[in-house]
Amino acid sequence: MNHPVIDTPGATAVTRRGFLGSTAALGALAAGGGFVLGFPTRAAAQGAAPEITAWVVVHPDERVVIRIARSEMGQGTLTGLAQLVAEELECDWTRVTTEYPTPGQNLARQRVWGNFSTGGSRGIRESHDYVRKGGAAARTMLVQAAAQGWGVPAAECRADQGVITHAGSGRRTTYGAVAAAAAKLTPPADVALKDPKDWKLVGQRIARLDTVEKTNGRQVYGSDLRLPGMLNAAIRDCPVFGGKLRGFDAAAVEKMPGVRKVVRVGDSAVAVVADTWWRAKNALDALPVDWDYGPNLQQQQAAIDATIRAGLDAEQAAVGNRQGDAKAALASAARRIEAVYSYPHQNHATMETMNATARWTPERCEVWTPTQNGEAALAATAAAAGLPPAQCEVYKIHLGGGFGRRGAVHDWVRQAVTIAKELPGTPVKLLWSREEDMAHGLFHPVTQCKLTAGLDARGQLQALHMRISGQSILAGIFPQNVRDGRDPVVFQGLNPGGAESAIGYTVPNLLVDHAMRNPHVPPGFWRGVNLNQNAIYLECFVDEIAHATNQDPLALRRELMKNHPKHLAVLDAVAERAGWGRPAPDVGGQKVFRGLAQTHGFGSYVAACAEVSVSREGELQIHRIVAANDCGHAVNPQQIEAQVEGSFVYGLTAMLYGACTVKDGRIEQLNFDTYPMMRIKDMPKVETIVMPSGGFWGGVGEPTIAVAAPAVLNAIFAATGKRIRELPLSRHSLKA
Amino acid sequence: MARLNVNGSEREFDAEPDTPLLWVLREQLGLTGTKYGCGIAQCGACTVHVDGAPVRSCVLPVSALQPTQKITTIEGLSPDTSHPLQKAWVQLDVPQCGYCQSGMLMAAAALLKDKPRPTDTDIDAAITNICRCGTYNRVRAAIKVAAGETRAAADAGIDVVHVVRSARA
Repeated sequence: MNHPVIDTPGATAVTRRGFLGSTAALGALAAGGGFVLGFPTRAAAQGAAPEITAWVVVHPDERVVIRIARSEMGQGTLTGLAQLVAEELECDWTRVTTEYPTPGQNLARQRVWGNFSTGGSRGIRESHDYVRKGGAAARTMLVQAAAQGWGVPAAECRADQGVITHAGSGRRTTYGAVAAAAAKLTPPADVALKDPKDWKLVGQRIARLDTVEKTNGRQVYGSDLRLPGMLNAAIRDCPVFGGKLRGFDAAAVEKMPGVRKVVRVGDSAVAVVADTWWRAKNALDALPVDWDYGPNLQQQQAAIDATIRAGLDAEQAAVGNRQGDAKAALASAARRIEAVYSYPHQNHATMETMNATARWTPERCEVWTPTQNGEAALAATAAAAGLPPAQCEVYKIHLGGGFGRRGAVHDWVRQAVTIAKELPGTPVKLLWSREEDMAHGLFHPVTQCKLTAGLDARGQLQALHMRISGQSILAGIFPQNVRDGRDPVVFQGLNPGGAESAIGYTVPNLLVDHAMRNPHVPPGFWRGVNLNQNAIYLECFVDEIAHATNQDPLALRRELMKNHPKHLAVLDAVAERAGWGRPAPDVGGQKVFRGLAQTHGFGSYVAACAEVSVSREGELQIHRIVAANDCGHAVNPQQIEAQVEGSFVYGLTAMLYGACTVKDGRIEQLNFDTYPMMRIKDMPKVETIVMPSGGFWGGVGEPTIAVAAPAVLNAIFAATGKRIRELPLSRHSLKA
Repeated sequence: MARLNVNGSEREFDAEPDTPLLWVLREQLGLTGTKYGCGIAQCGACTVHVDGAPVRSCVLPVSALQPTQKITTIEGLSPDTSHPLQKAWVQLDVPQCGYCQSGMLMAAAALLKDKPRPTDTDIDAAITNICRCGTYNRVRAAIKVAAGETRAAADAGIDVVHVVRSARA
């Protein structure tokens, strides 16, 4: 028996984590495939677990279930969003659990839970208002139900910790006791939200809700899912992007152990379906495949780099930020400084590879998958299934990392559904090998940047031209959002103003423009997106200007940042904490040098000061990084610190090692042996200053990544005099 | 049918002899806490113990194991999530996505068995697992907390979170 029924650990973990999504999974198990999803409606919710509002379910035994529309992938948004709802609900936090509504339910209920997309560090900052209102409305209804029961005005009653008290009489009841009555009330048209100064849960260092099961193996990830009668699929897409599958010799592997079927998947891929994934993978490895590689077979990295380099001097470019007349000011400058930087393709490399389980019948298609955007996964399911979305459903299973790979494009879902259509009624789990995951990423865009600074006779910065050349993510994923050759996302961190990602320097004559050059490698939103390379370009170049004009890098920045107090505040905070201006203590006989960087992205202001040493042999040690983050309102400082620590691992891994290069049209790096990762021994101490200034909501998961590399690169320059302008660092020697 | 001793129980399974232990655990025995990350012993997500020693199960063919050898997976680290490392992991909110954490914990448990008070150098040498979310500093601090260094978290600049999930905390 190669398919034992689902392992109990999985079942218990799912039960705790997500009722709606997991009910489907467990229901399917119980019914052996005949399960039909029951939509939780307000009418249906009058039973054991009344739904008060779309966001809040209160059980008679006082358990409170808070619904979370965004995906938890490690960033802590599940806990943060639950805190926001619970803050207004005035429930007992120790009784709170969470569940994911499904995308199908959201569709059926006119998107009552809003956007499911979990990217761009938007989980909390985009939904804080309506999720808090969902909690406040539920509290209002629960209090009203109690007041009606007592025949007193609701205004005389108040709620705290899930207990409702009538001030005059001292009568008390609980949320659980009045939940059924409250669920029958009409939700208030509008509710007032608390003043932030009255917050009790929001702003607290509260432990994550999802930790225990991640320490005992019980957390079920998409790749762990097991359904009765499920088969497993391994897939190979043409390794050359844009190539086609000409044919394959199924007979050569059909008799291998466990193999059930060899199927064509679209134009370009072939999959083997077997009883176990290991057997499917073995048969796929043995399968003779005939590829039509197509014209991209000729593509090489050097040619891609040359094409992008040519864009640095192209006439045509889309403008992202223009102040004054930079070109004229540069032409008349007393002194010019110029540098060219570049940033490579990189793979997200989530620890869990892409996977989805699909079951298709002519009437219905269901998909279980780790996704950052359940609604987009549902759309991909419906398109591949050839069914209307209302006849499809997606169950979000926990993600083993996302980083943007599992958001906008659901290529693996389309594949899984296409395979499942070949085996109607049978659930099939598609799991990518690491090699497939590396070959078919949606890569961090490749760009170069030429920066030209114009100084006057006194050495003051009068003009700056940043010419970015290279790849547009939008052109690859959402081409309808590219207008007149302009991709606005390219200018992250360099915009003239606004709450999202504004440049922190005032330069009298400034021009930031972009010459789009799109190689054949598909781009994607990669954690931090374009802020990553833009912060390297600008922050390292500002450092270059400082050194070229014999100015202290902090002093120059302060001069240029006078009109940008929020940018400056985080920079000042890290400089002060790190001890900028005083020599850093030696470590192990090595002199320690510092570097700075700051930026504004995803609505938050961030800065870092890195301390490094470089031995005569060129060995780099990153000792300590001080980071500051002003995200406006800090919902859970503990989670913010964890995100900042993690951002340095992501950003420094990219800086140290991250490069995917093209040979003969395909990606050369196919596993961690050639795409190395930072490990614990490389990790500096991280000190995080969470400094929310209030009045706005910024994202946390991404912005800090962008200051990791430039702070370290600037420190390396201070230590060695070597200016690294091409990444990754592993291509360079730091030897004296 | 072949046999393995996993988490104290004798388990029978049917797999080709060259099947890696990882896939027997996950697909034949239903122990999905052990993860696939790379298949080439690079990332450590598949780390389990064989007779107490950490091994990367993705490259270990089951035919290389004797039924008498004791295999421990994350599910068998403790019966009730009470291993000192598991407690420290919760205390410091170590996991983010959590996918690599089974392997991290098994590598750390083998280290502590070998060296009850590991130094930073010991940790650097023993914990070579890859984490993409970036939990490394908390992993290091939690290993030290589990080893009895009560100040380890504070020294690393990591505040212990409010383990009691209470609004009155």
